[in-house]
Amino acid sequence: MNEKPISTMDRVSVGLAKRYRKERRFRLFGLAAIVASLLFLVLLLGSIGAKGWTAFQQTHIRLDVFFDPAVLDVKNLATANYANLVKEAVFVLFPQVEGRQDKRLLAKMVSGGAAFELQRMVVSNPELIGTTKSLWVIAKDEVDMFVKGYIPRNVPESERRVSDKQVAWIDQLVATGRLEKKFNTIFFQAGDSREPELAGIRGAVMGSLFTLMVTLVLSFPVGVAAAVYLEEFAPQNRWTDLIEVNVNNLAAIPSIVFGLLGLAVFLNFMNLPRSASLVGGLVLTLMTLPTIIIASRASLKSVPPSIREAALGVGASKMQTISHHILPLALPGIMTGTIIGMARALGETAPLLMIGMVAFIVDVPHSFSDPATVLPVQIYLWAGSPERAFIERTSAAIMVLLFILLLMNATAVFLRNKFERRW
Amino acid sequence: MQKLSMSLAAVSLMLASAATPTLAADGRDYISMVGSGTVYPFATAVAEQFGKTTKFKTPKIEATGTGGGMKLFCAGAGVDTPDITNASRQMKKSEMEACQKNGVTEVVEVKVGYDGIVFANSKKAAPMKLSRKDIYLALAKQVPSPEGGDKLVANPYKTWKDVNPALPANKIEVFGPAPISGTRDAFTELVMDNGCEAFPFIKAMQKSDEKQFKAVCQTLREDGGYVEAGDNYNLIVQKLETSPASMGIFGFSYLDQNGDKVQGSIIDGSVPTFDNIASGKYVISRPLFFYIKKAHVGVIPGMNEYIAEFTSDRAWGKEGYLAEKGLIPAPADERKANAEIAKALKTVVIK
Repeated sequence: MNEKPISTMDRVSVGLAKRYRKERRFRLFGLAAIVASLLFLVLLLGSIGAKGWTAFQQTHIRLDVFFDPAVLDVKNLATANYANLVKEAVFVLFPQVEGRQDKRLLAKMVSGGAAFELQRMVVSNPELIGTTKSLWVIAKDEVDMFVKGYIPRNVPESERRVSDKQVAWIDQLVATGRLEKKFNTIFFQAGDSREPELAGIRGAVMGSLFTLMVTLVLSFPVGVAAAVYLEEFAPQNRWTDLIEVNVNNLAAIPSIVFGLLGLAVFLNFMNLPRSASLVGGLVLTLMTLPTIIIASRASLKSVPPSIREAALGVGASKMQTISHHILPLALPGIMTGTIIGMARALGETAPLLMIGMVAFIVDVPHSFSDPATVLPVQIYLWAGSPERAFIERTSAAIMVLLFILLLMNATAVFLRNKFERRW
Repeated sequence: MQKLSMSLAAVSLMLASAATPTLAADGRDYISMVGSGTVYPFATAVAEQFGKTTKFKTPKIEATGTGGGMKLFCAGAGVDTPDITNASRQMKKSEMEACQKNGVTEVVEVKVGYDGIVFANSKKAAPMKLSRKDIYLALAKQVPSPEGGDKLVANPYKTWKDVNPALPANKIEVFGPAPISGTRDAFTELVMDNGCEAFPFIKAMQKSDEKQFKAVCQTLREDGGYVEAGDNYNLIVQKLETSPASMGIFGFSYLDQNGDKVQGSIIDGSVPTFDNIASGKYVISRPLFFYIKKAHVGVIPGMNEYIAEFTSDRAWGKEGYLAEKGLIPAPADERKANAEIAKALKTVVIK
């Protein structure tokens, strides 16, 4: 009877060290998970950034172009041989180069885009004819890659696409200050191109914009209306249960299925044009609708019943209650859901494959019916191109896409913080 | 309430304005093309040049694969169907029949040039000297028993040395295209079939049981020796760089662009260079085509001009800009004959 009964405190303190260890381990697991995912994120962004940042600069060569009146006939400015003007200007810089082969190599250092640039200049200002002007023109992608160090100097000539002669010429241009890297404006102003130095994301960005506009204009009102009906009016019965299950299911369906649906309904049945951003927007609407409906319902549900009862109590009709009180209060949540749905739609390629938006499109789209492509598709197309200069452009386009996504998500967070009300 | 109905009205107005111009889909003013991913880099280069130098809009090109392109092309004759399909092989008889059935009666075939398929490894390793028989033995699912006799066994070879004592003792690991790709079709046809025929008893099978012959020759091993790497050949190049013992299969233009990283294997005694492929000395090369829907010429603006641009010497010639992109030009007489076919829009008969 001398043995003291073990008190609760004793029992607790025996296991205390173990419990603390468990606690620490639990926290460590969580921390490790976060560190690991951050590490992957840094690795991903780091590799994209390291590969892509150089694409925002483009090698230019300064040429003294003589707008030769013998070549440029004022009546026939559209068909004149501008490429010849560029070639002559390059040859002037290297008078020692002779022979057809060498001259071809030399002329190839300047991009074919230079001739189009001269054409634009002359057509808009015919007074240039007969004068000599010092211009920075775009260098060919291979020269650009060499200058940026992506094509190694110390390998045999046969293994790189820049010949030893061209290397010597590049060195000479650098020494005379005629070769410089400048900000790559073309990347933001041009549509797609087969020449990496002339390829830009403008077409894809505009395509994404048109597509998202259609998606927003359709899915937001329809989604909110559906949510309001389901949340405020619909009776609780088997039909509404069925609808709810279906909506939740649709949100989880792989997006390619919506593409197939779009192909069958919008293209084959309704005869809408292939590759148009209108159809892309319609398909993405189907994809985003469930997300918006679910987010809107959750947000409508979170408006306290007291608001509803108070409004009804002072004599407001059901519609007045909803449009004056409940919807405005639920709007921040609805908008957050919508923006996140839009961000998902912006990153989508699979459904667009089916409706022909995975295509080579040079002209920047100007309307909803023009053939268009979107940013992620542009990234996909460039990633598969053999030209080496497309590698950095792929990464640069990814950076732009990530930036836009970040902007959209930041807006969602901002809206939520600004308008959110807690009860 | 007022706000709601106003925004609803605005929405419906925007929708109406968005939809009206598109309903008139019959007035297409740009060329629409589909088809092979192998021809895609060349067709796009021509399309861009065409768009920049003429008053017409730049054509739209989708890379749907040769088979997918044929299906879309042959779906009908209306302007909502493509005008041109690019192909890395000739149109099949069954495809032609589908075309005829759907009202696409007149089709013009133009051969644009050649493409080489290379078997490459990293520059860090020694170049490989292979025969098509070696490749067949290394990659087929079933091979003739190494003990001899007319018996087929599951592929027992682990390293290249097992296949041919002259080769290094590297593990067999080849990255190549997936079955939907035209490059894969051409590879199995040009390399595997040929390597297969080195064995008389399999060759005899071709006559007696063609299905069996195809199954034996064209089925690639699935035990990790052949790795399907999708259709992004840049990834294969990257993979080869990091694992020098592996090999990869891709089109010549990727070798051309990455000459400092990878090297083409010597196949049956010849190196995959531009000149060797053009002269036919390098055996793994195939013709590329495009097919024109004759009914659309004159209806879709710019068709004649686009065809003229593609078949001009400054595009597909020896010194043309397509050679720069990796297309192997056809011999001069073949180019001339095809340019004439394209100009006269002579319809093709597929046998």
